Amino acid sequence: MMAMSDIQVPLGQPRKIVIDPVTRVEGHGKVTIRLNEAGEVEQARFHIVEFRGFERFIQGRMYWEVPVIVQRLCGICPVSHHLCAAKAMDVVAGVDQITPSAEKMRRLMHYGQVLQSNAVNFFHLASPDLLLGFEAPVAERNVIGVIEAFPEVGKWAILIRKFGQQVIEATGGRRIHPRLCIPGGVNQNLSIDRRDALRAEVDQIIQFCCAALELHKSFVQSHESLHAHFASFPSNYMSLVGPNGAMDLYNGTLRAIDPAGVPIFEGVRPDAYRDYLIEEVRSWSYMKFPHIRSLGREAGWYRVGPLAQINCCAFIDTPIAEAARKDFMAQGGDGLVHATLAYHWARVISMIHCAEIIKQLLFDDDLQGTDLVVTGDRRPEGVAVIEAPRGTLLHHYQVDDNDQVTMANLIVSTTNNNEAMNRSVTKVAIDDLSGHEITEGLLNHIEVAIRAYDPCLSCATHALGDMPLVVTLEDADGAVIATRVKE
Amino acid sequence: MSPPRTLAPPRVLILGYGNPGRQDDGLGPAVSMQIAALSWPNVTAYENYQLNIEDAADVAEHDVVWFVDAARVGPTPFTIEALAPAATLEFTSHLVRPQAILAMAHHYYGATPEAFLLGIRGYEFEFIEELTPAATDNLEQAVEMLEDWLRICQHTVAS
Repeated sequence: MMAMSDIQVPLGQPRKIVIDPVTRVEGHGKVTIRLNEAGEVEQARFHIVEFRGFERFIQGRMYWEVPVIVQRLCGICPVSHHLCAAKAMDVVAGVDQITPSAEKMRRLMHYGQVLQSNAVNFFHLASPDLLLGFEAPVAERNVIGVIEAFPEVGKWAILIRKFGQQVIEATGGRRIHPRLCIPGGVNQNLSIDRRDALRAEVDQIIQFCCAALELHKSFVQSHESLHAHFASFPSNYMSLVGPNGAMDLYNGTLRAIDPAGVPIFEGVRPDAYRDYLIEEVRSWSYMKFPHIRSLGREAGWYRVGPLAQINCCAFIDTPIAEAARKDFMAQGGDGLVHATLAYHWARVISMIHCAEIIKQLLFDDDLQGTDLVVTGDRRPEGVAVIEAPRGTLLHHYQVDDNDQVTMANLIVSTTNNNEAMNRSVTKVAIDDLSGHEITEGLLNHIEVAIRAYDPCLSCATHALGDMPLVVTLEDADGAVIATRVKE
Repeated sequence: MSPPRTLAPPRVLILGYGNPGRQDDGLGPAVSMQIAALSWPNVTAYENYQLNIEDAADVAEHDVVWFVDAARVGPTPFTIEALAPAATLEFTSHLVRPQAILAMAHHYYGATPEAFLLGIRGYEFEFIEELTPAATDNLEQAVEMLEDWLRICQHTVAS
């Protein structure tokens, strides 16, 4: 294995450092850091390839097929795409309100998905950095190293993830490629047997989530400055919120706030998104840069995801998560929390909230209801928004008189966070790389910042043969100075 | 790659992963579906878009595991690589390697199954739900190899 410290960096000339983990057909991302002649960071960018092709792939499909087809967008969060497409196709089907049983089945599936996905991020991606230290040896800085140092964490990781998967299977009929939603509702309710099996475990899951929160807080308390400043900056935020500003990950209206917490817009229906957001294309990236129309491209970028969900909401309507939210918000004094590493803290609060919501739903008899589908008069267009594990996810479709999709526009969470990820990379590069030796540990700080957002790499396709990590040095003219591959 | 010598029939898992909506990226799932259709005893075959950490639980319940993926480069029709557990830390949760699954199976469940990575050569990865003819040929040879291997496993146990 190559050590990052092996990289030859000629001094005294402009150079660009490229971290290029090419691991999937089009899901690769790379980090480019351009240094000036003095060895200071001149510019840093996170490049990621997006699934433009998939939007064309959907064109021509029958609209009722789409909630199933879009699961192929992502192997990690297919449920989020399934649900968001279904909500958009509710609109196309002429249905403004599905039945209580249908909505609660969808909510149960959604909160199970967010719970398990956030658990993967927290335990498998974040905890090695946080619990073992950014500079810990690569061979040890992984979830196995965490388990060896904190044996209970492995148990929590497995059981929370497993529980979330069981919720998905119970609602979607199967763990892999679940199928619950159809335009206008769902195709099944929750059986008593499955309900009781989940009821038997849910309290323990809440306890595990709370234990994870306490563990994370212990990290924050012992690394206050690092937590507050690493890759951090003030920003705007956007998320769905429910009635009265309550956190709601399934349905609601869009709310955006400025760095001081002042609303930029709120109460925005998903179908009005183009009045408030612009998707900008830049020459150096395949991924779009959405921003808030009224603020323009320089000031209108924003962050989404767990940190945004908590900053944007007025309260959380489950007691344990609400207490945790208040404790969390105390970091920001009277304002918002802008720490990038706080994404992880917010993510654990979200896990608690999801587990609490799941418990509430499991004691709601509507889940055994039989009124599952509503019909309406067909419409030519549908837009829907959902809060996926990584943040706000938008699906927009147009459908012709033959029931075939003619246009699809998807704004995924990672796209919403595009500018923010670039800024985090730049912040880390300026703080940690300039004037230092380029070590594996320092370059890892870049990855730590990216892990906070856990970007979706235009998912669900991969193949052997790609290099897991390529580091390239280029001069100001783009000429390659050196390239090394980390296996 | 020799069939394991065990008194009981080995429990075999065929885990094919990839996206059938991306042409030859569907090679892994295609193998799993074809093997599953054989309904052989002690053989489990399932497919997914990509590996996930919960696969470790399934891996731990088997004696031999075949991870099956499409290969963008390399020899035709396929390659076979013996795998060992190796924990890794990626920069996104959207990437889980088979070696990491094996490491989790070992540390979480105390299981260390024999494991192989079957990489079947693919050629095109566009948004089309159909394998290319060349990849289909490679698929047939890969499935034939796996069937032979499974047949020898059963025969070895029976005798």
